[in-house]
Amino acid sequence: MIKRMKEKIIHGLFFLNGLLVIAALLGIFLLLIVTALPAFKEIRLSEFLFTAVWDPTSYARPSYGILAMLAGTLLVTCGALLIAVPIGIGTAAYLAEVASPRVREIAKPVVEVLAGIPSVVIGFLGIVLVGPFVARIFHTSNGLNALNGSVLLAIMALPTIISLSEDALNAVPVSFCEASLALGASRWQTVILVKIPAALSGIIASCMLGMGRAIGETMTVLMATGCAQAMPHSFIDPVRTLTATIAIELGEVAYGSTHYYALFAVGLALFIITFMVNLASDVILHKYQNVVK
Amino acid sequence: MKAKQAEEIIGFLLLRLCMAVIVVILCVIFYDSITKGIGSVSWEFLTAMPKNGMTEGGIFPAITGTFLVTVITAVLAIPLGMGCAIYLNEYAADTMVTRLIRLSIRNLSGVPSIVYGLFGVVLFVQFMRFGTCLLSAGCTLGLMTLPWTITASEEALKNVPKAYREGALALGATKWQSIRTNVLPYAVPGMLTGTILGLARAAGETAPILFTGAAFFMPFLPESLFSQFMALPYHLYIMSTQHHAITKVRPLAYGTALVLIVLVFAMNFSAVVIRYHLRKVKKE
Repeated sequence: MIKRMKEKIIHGLFFLNGLLVIAALLGIFLLLIVTALPAFKEIRLSEFLFTAVWDPTSYARPSYGILAMLAGTLLVTCGALLIAVPIGIGTAAYLAEVASPRVREIAKPVVEVLAGIPSVVIGFLGIVLVGPFVARIFHTSNGLNALNGSVLLAIMALPTIISLSEDALNAVPVSFCEASLALGASRWQTVILVKIPAALSGIIASCMLGMGRAIGETMTVLMATGCAQAMPHSFIDPVRTLTATIAIELGEVAYGSTHYYALFAVGLALFIITFMVNLASDVILHKYQNVVK
Repeated sequence: MKAKQAEEIIGFLLLRLCMAVIVVILCVIFYDSITKGIGSVSWEFLTAMPKNGMTEGGIFPAITGTFLVTVITAVLAIPLGMGCAIYLNEYAADTMVTRLIRLSIRNLSGVPSIVYGLFGVVLFVQFMRFGTCLLSAGCTLGLMTLPWTITASEEALKNVPKAYREGALALGATKWQSIRTNVLPYAVPGMLTGTILGLARAAGETAPILFTGAAFFMPFLPESLFSQFMALPYHLYIMSTQHHAITKVRPLAYGTALVLIVLVFAMNFSAVVIRYHLRKVKKE
């Protein structure tokens, strides 16, 4: 009887431990909402979302518009995806189709190592390495702009895209390839016309996860994009992202001021955007799994 | 027929090129930080305090700070991560709650690190009144590491054959006894591997500790859980963007970057070594 009680208690403790994860996610969401709400006593939601001027420290009239930052985040993320998606899918296809098992044993750790490099190191190399390079090509003063940020974010998103796309490619049933090869298609045609389309939802999901990482990345964009508070017009304009704004301003802001709450509202916007992207990736992936079953 | 072969050769060449790009990126990162960083790394650099407004001296407090905060992260993330993994893999039935837990884990791992920082500021720094300190930063990082630890631990549990559990149950052991004696001993090394990889990522993170405890400059070591600390990644950020003489301290920044990379890779490498030994033991 005591034994059964003990078992029940242990089971219960593990269950609580599991619930903790839900509590953590809900807790983050609720705390962000609670802390962001006071900001909207003074800021109209339409001003927050649809105006481009973010100047909380202005004496005359502080303004809180996140549109320019949103554009900055989107610009840098799109640039990163333009670079990372083709290279990422190409590398995944190489690992899944072309590489011999021995090469794969070496190549896979290369991708893992790339994933392990701290973002602040990537940002640092963006300042000292990519920046001067960009500056020389486009004749700008220091090369700290959206393009630089895109290149760095691409490097950060690549490992996610590669490893998950490779998993998706490997999950395609062998019979698909055999059928294609038996019909006289070359290996290349099989990869392009059979395997990638069959794995497409997994590949798209991996790209969306990479996108989520790029949107939420802070240190690299903080260090390498120049952080100018203006609407960007091209890739060689300096931009400031949502994440960088929080990182720059939260340290200097007075606790309990509208500015303080507004920064949490920015955080909430960021949370909602990445949550949607991740959820979409999840839905795409599961739809695919059900189809195969 | 010829055209088809040429197409295949060119196509595979393109794929090889993609892989080559990845290898080149990694080589450039390593080459640049090693060649330019190795000059500033010396015994003094690793063991001395920063001097003269951080233009000279070493990074000892930053190394210590990163070590201490990683220990707190581990203390929090390892038991909670393993517990949640045990629940999901051993106890949980496929119910709505279980699916919700899994969904939460996937989404937690996608929450931006700066948002964890905001959460840490509200919950640990202000609500729990820890202040900006080691404990707040460690708790924030621990929470961030949790989804990675859970995923890795569950993977390790899945690899333990079902027969091990059934053997114990058939002999009359209770569920927990079978987990403790027949599952965990085989799963723990695998769990550790994944956990160390997660901790290595946490050690390199900057955004979550920006406002929860990391100090710009502190010429002494943290005295308790409630003191601020210097951390390697934050120090690198300061040295490369916030310092008053950025070009003068560039060699020190390179040195810090190199030490940080080496630290993270030492952790990754030890995880790989554990995994390697684990495989060997399994084969025997």
